[in-house]
Amino acid sequence: MKLNHKDLLGLEYLSKKEIELILKTAKPFKQLFTRTVKKVPTLRGKTVVLLFYEPSTRTRTSFELAAKRLSADTVNIAISTSSVVKGESLIDTAKTIEAMKADFVVIRHSMSGAAHIIAKTISASIINAGDGMHEHPTQGLLDIFTILEKKDRIKGLNIAIVGDILHSRVARSNIWGLNKLGANVFVVAPATLIPAEIYKMNVEVHYDISKIIHKLDVINILRIQKERQEQHLFPTLEEYSEIFGVNSEKLLNAKKDILIMHPGPMNRGIEISTEVADSKKSVITEQVTNGIAVRMAVLYLLADTDGGECESFNS
Amino acid sequence: MNLLILNGLVVDPANRICKKADILVENGKIVKIGKIQNAKCQMPNAKVIDAKNKIVTPGLIDIHTHLREPGHSDEETIASGTRAAASGGFTTIFAMPNTHPPIDSVTGVKFVLMTAMHEGIVNVLPVGAITKGQKGEELAEIGKMKNAGIVAISDDGKPVMNANIMRKALEYSKMFDLPVISHCEDTNLTKDGEMNEGYISTVLGLKGIPRQAEEIIVARDIALCELTDGRLHIAHISTAKSVELVRDAKKRGVKITAEVTPHHLSLTDKEIKNRNYDTNLKVNPPLRTEDDVKALLHGLADDTIDCIASDHAPHLAEEKQQEFKIAPSGIIGLETTLPLVITKLVHKKVLTLSQAIEKLTFNPAKIFNLNCGSLSIGSAADITIIDLNKTKTIDKFESKSKNSPFIGMKLIGFAITTIVGGKIVKENGKIISD
Ligand SMILES: [Zn+2]
Ligand SMILES: [Zn+2]
Repeated sequence: MKLNHKDLLGLEYLSKKEIELILKTAKPFKQLFTRTVKKVPTLRGKTVVLLFYEPSTRTRTSFELAAKRLSADTVNIAISTSSVVKGESLIDTAKTIEAMKADFVVIRHSMSGAAHIIAKTISASIINAGDGMHEHPTQGLLDIFTILEKKDRIKGLNIAIVGDILHSRVARSNIWGLNKLGANVFVVAPATLIPAEIYKMNVEVHYDISKIIHKLDVINILRIQKERQEQHLFPTLEEYSEIFGVNSEKLLNAKKDILIMHPGPMNRGIEISTEVADSKKSVITEQVTNGIAVRMAVLYLLADTDGGECESFNS
Repeated sequence: MNLLILNGLVVDPANRICKKADILVENGKIVKIGKIQNAKCQMPNAKVIDAKNKIVTPGLIDIHTHLREPGHSDEETIASGTRAAASGGFTTIFAMPNTHPPIDSVTGVKFVLMTAMHEGIVNVLPVGAITKGQKGEELAEIGKMKNAGIVAISDDGKPVMNANIMRKALEYSKMFDLPVISHCEDTNLTKDGEMNEGYISTVLGLKGIPRQAEEIIVARDIALCELTDGRLHIAHISTAKSVELVRDAKKRGVKITAEVTPHHLSLTDKEIKNRNYDTNLKVNPPLRTEDDVKALLHGLADDTIDCIASDHAPHLAEEKQQEFKIAPSGIIGLETTLPLVITKLVHKKVLTLSQAIEKLTFNPAKIFNLNCGSLSIGSAADITIIDLNKTKTIDKFESKSKNSPFIGMKLIGFAITTIVGGKIVKENGKIISD
């Protein structure tokens, strides 16, 4: 089986089967990490351009390692060094990259739909590494991969996403992916950070995590941006922390085996207490490891749709 | 040149005419409508236009055109904009004042009128700014601009956010019988907004613009209109609740009128998702939902909404080919308005042909005291001939800009001949400019 797309723009556009395929493919890639030589020749000769309009060391490094472990060449184009500052448009940048014969473009951009523009413009496979408030599909996939690893299933699990849902591409990718695999998804946030009509995405909306904590299997805690306070979306960080922050006290009534997740980087003491972040329930560092495996799987599967001569990989 | 337009179906809502007739034009004026016996012998020097199986109407009027001159002649000029108008069947268009600099003085008004006289091929009527520099702070010289030829005032592009200034504008303009065209948008609620707020904006991760941003100002301006007994015209109405507010106000006898654009009647926010963030769907106010479209159609049919206006807003391709967030709002409309009205309203029986023509001719003329919009004997021969059955896929434009979401759409019903003051400016689909 293959992916039916040239690009990975979001989990909304993938079928359940395609998501399962990526998750299944990521498994043997993860096992590769325990070997001394963590590399396979699968993408030898291919070029992966990392086009980051927004700084994100974490996501960029993860993609870069994933590409390198598949033996691809990588090129970094970061906003500070790019011609964007000189006013070059996204379409012109895309055309330049096309001329460089890139096979993959991993794009991170602060505006929703940016990955779509570039996907429409050039023939390389585009991987959306986060576009505005829209989607961050590989983060969604690595979150699901991590849950699956710990819980052996997604179907029927009660999973809460807590924090700034309004501005979160991670939340949207999680919602699409988890729903397709049969989880019950809850979103918990101040009312001012809940986007319009989100219930139509098949999620339950809550303002108080205490009311649902007892039935949750997973809590995925999102980073809260300090500038939201200036936009009057909540009064103070202290108030946010007290009412919406996840701490041990709030977890008293939780299931013993509840998973605590966070896409990072964390604001310790604001959306998550240090105690919770460092507890046994937390899988935050494993998310980082899994991110590489999932991104390898995505690159591998997208290369295959190209009809490119990609060697089959045996674990 | 004298003209004989023979055998057309004449639709002139102003004079309640809807019948097969010939029209005789002499020295730029309409001199006769009816059966003209042996016309060709009577008028051997007249040019004969065979309008058999065609509709002959008063020249269409667009009360909401952005011509971009002065300031952005790379997007549109008075010359190119009037060609687009002629091509779309319009013989008279308003020039909205949000140019660079804005039309907020007699000098600006004269510039538009002079340029239109020399370079335009249809009638251009300037709209003056409500406030100096369209800053919303101090009234512009409305009286002097009226004497120079404006037909209305508007800060379109943005609202007058200060209610007290809006009150003064309604009071002051009343003396000159000038309607105030209101762009209803509470900018505190629309800040950074990209599209209609709802499920689609949530899924696409675009910043939402709530309907209430429009409705609050519609309600406010109706209240101010009642307070001042002024004349208020709501531009590009887009929500169901706004329609209701206007309907109720009209029932109470408030002097309020409203217009709607063809795109708000034919597209919804869903299209932005279907077309993967196509910025040609980014307009202000934003495209709404199916329920809003239904309410707008209903509002048109029961005459709550008086006019259909293009809100022709040209933008450069490179400006539109950007991320949705930074692309400017607005689409061109002069050349698609009539075919959209015929395809989506007349052929679908939302409006009768006569009602549709009324909203593009007689109603705008009545609201803005224009001496056009009818085929009355003695009036200037502004005439549009329409082929209701002509189908065409939208592709080319006379406008300098091409920012249209209707490109590639097959529409039915186009203007084939446009006559301004007895002069043919478009014939057989071609613009004739001298
Ligand atoms: Zn406007
Ligand atoms: Zn406008």
